[in-house]
Amino acid sequence: MKALLNRYISLIAFLVVLIAWEGACRLLEIPQYVLPAPSVIAAAIGDVGLGRWLEHTLATLSVALVGFAVAIGLALPLAIGIVSSPLLARLLMPWLVVIQSTPIVAIAPIIVVTLGAGVLPRVVITTLIAFFPIVVSTATGLASVPPELVELSRSLRASRRREYWQIRMPFAIPYIFSALKVAITLAIVGAVVAEFVAAERGLGYLILFTTSSFKVPVAFGALAILVSCSLVLYGLIVWLHRRLFPWSLGLDR
Amino acid sequence: MNPVIELAGVTQTFVSSDGTPVTALQNVDLGLRKHEFVSVIGPSGCGKSTILRLIAGLLRPSGGQVSIYGLPVTEPRDEIGMVFQKPTLLPWLSVLDNITFPMKHKYGRVDARDAERARELLEMIGLADFGHKRPHELSGGMQQRVAIARSLLHDPDILLMDEPFSALDALTRDEMSFELLRIWNERPKTVVFVTHSIQEALLLSDRIVVMSARPGRVSEIIEVPLARPRTLETLSNPLFNQLANDIRVKVFSRRPE
Ligand SMILES: Nc1ncnc2c1ncn2[C@@H]1O[C@H](COP(=O)(O)OP(=O)(O)O)[C@@H](O)[C@H]1O
Ligand SMILES: [Mg+2]
Repeated sequence: MKALLNRYISLIAFLVVLIAWEGACRLLEIPQYVLPAPSVIAAAIGDVGLGRWLEHTLATLSVALVGFAVAIGLALPLAIGIVSSPLLARLLMPWLVVIQSTPIVAIAPIIVVTLGAGVLPRVVITTLIAFFPIVVSTATGLASVPPELVELSRSLRASRRREYWQIRMPFAIPYIFSALKVAITLAIVGAVVAEFVAAERGLGYLILFTTSSFKVPVAFGALAILVSCSLVLYGLIVWLHRRLFPWSLGLDR
Repeated sequence: MNPVIELAGVTQTFVSSDGTPVTALQNVDLGLRKHEFVSVIGPSGCGKSTILRLIAGLLRPSGGQVSIYGLPVTEPRDEIGMVFQKPTLLPWLSVLDNITFPMKHKYGRVDARDAERARELLEMIGLADFGHKRPHELSGGMQQRVAIARSLLHDPDILLMDEPFSALDALTRDEMSFELLRIWNERPKTVVFVTHSIQEALLLSDRIVVMSARPGRVSEIIEVPLARPRTLETLSNPLFNQLANDIRVKVFSRRPE
């Protein structure tokens, strides 16, 4: 019984919150456009229909995932560059800090104006939001290698490529995965922000569109789907980490 | 006989993080004969690790010259094996793959001969059944043995060891010392062994280099008159304790404090 409670405690808490929410909405007769009850949200989700949900969800997910992939593709080489060359580090760091300090949400409209409406500006916004933690974390991981191992590599006169591939990158794996967990969530945020600015599809677009016409339950439905997507993608990364690099789990920090 | 390793008037200065120059070594002269076992002992920061890195070719001296077989050291050389204070094994590789890692790292592949030799080494360090385990499944002493095996894979002429047993408990340490002597007997090498332990230095070495700090220099070189092979009996030999005391006095009298 106790073990069962331990295992399902978060699920139980979730259900309790849902029930309390439902009860509060009914008892206090809170209007739908302020806070719809879970049952109303569920009904609204049903009304919209699977086809449209799929269309909006896929639109958001594809932007988030492409932006995420581009962020990884940019961040890993950048991190390697920063760690391997002090000159590159001095050259790149100020730019990275500037990008990180810029509220991407604020420049999102500018990006849309500059790059036009379409998928490109949305992917750019997503990438800009997601890539910074990957760079920082990967660079930290690459630099966290015990100095003795670097000396071992030097004493063997191994190439820098092998130093990175066979020693530094594997050591950075736990750091990279910690960053990916943060970045995938940020990628969803980025995609939604981009849709707020300019889109004709997507869950962010749907939230903006439905709230402006007081269809708040649908907006909540879209929100629930967004949260589910985030959780599933997060879980997927945790699973990939366990599956591909089981040896690195104990090293996670 | 010409020395295998020679340091002649070696000076090493570093720029510390606050920008001031640090003299890590000043005018160090040292020659090691073929297959000699020499320990280096001295307070922290006196430049022991720096000496090893100079011999390994990982560092170019600010002054003076380091030579191996009479040739100045300009880059790391193949005939050197290194063992560090921590085992620094790669956690994602099996024990066997860790031992062959230097080949994989240097040449990009491990041929059948290397694999065979790794198995022999594993046998020699008494871990024949552990080849497919991961490092974290081994005790600290076992891990350090694997690190020693890794350093021996290419059968180096010169072995540089930087406080290799200092992270181990006292019992394991003695055991490892005898093990190292056995390995050194089987395959003679010129060894530079950095340690904090006077007993360890006495038990292992032909000569002990005593260093003083700030700036690091050689204050004394002591011949160890204990007969070989050294065994458990050596430890209980009255001469052993006598020598240990003498060295302790010498090491402490050099302390500025
Ligand atoms: N790469 C380096 N940069 C700056 N100072 C260093 C560096 N390596 C060693 N030192 C300094 O040189 C001195 C000797 O260091 P080291 O050889 O590691 O001493 P030991 O191994 O005897 O403890 C210390 O004061 C240390 O701070
Ligand atoms: Mg040291």
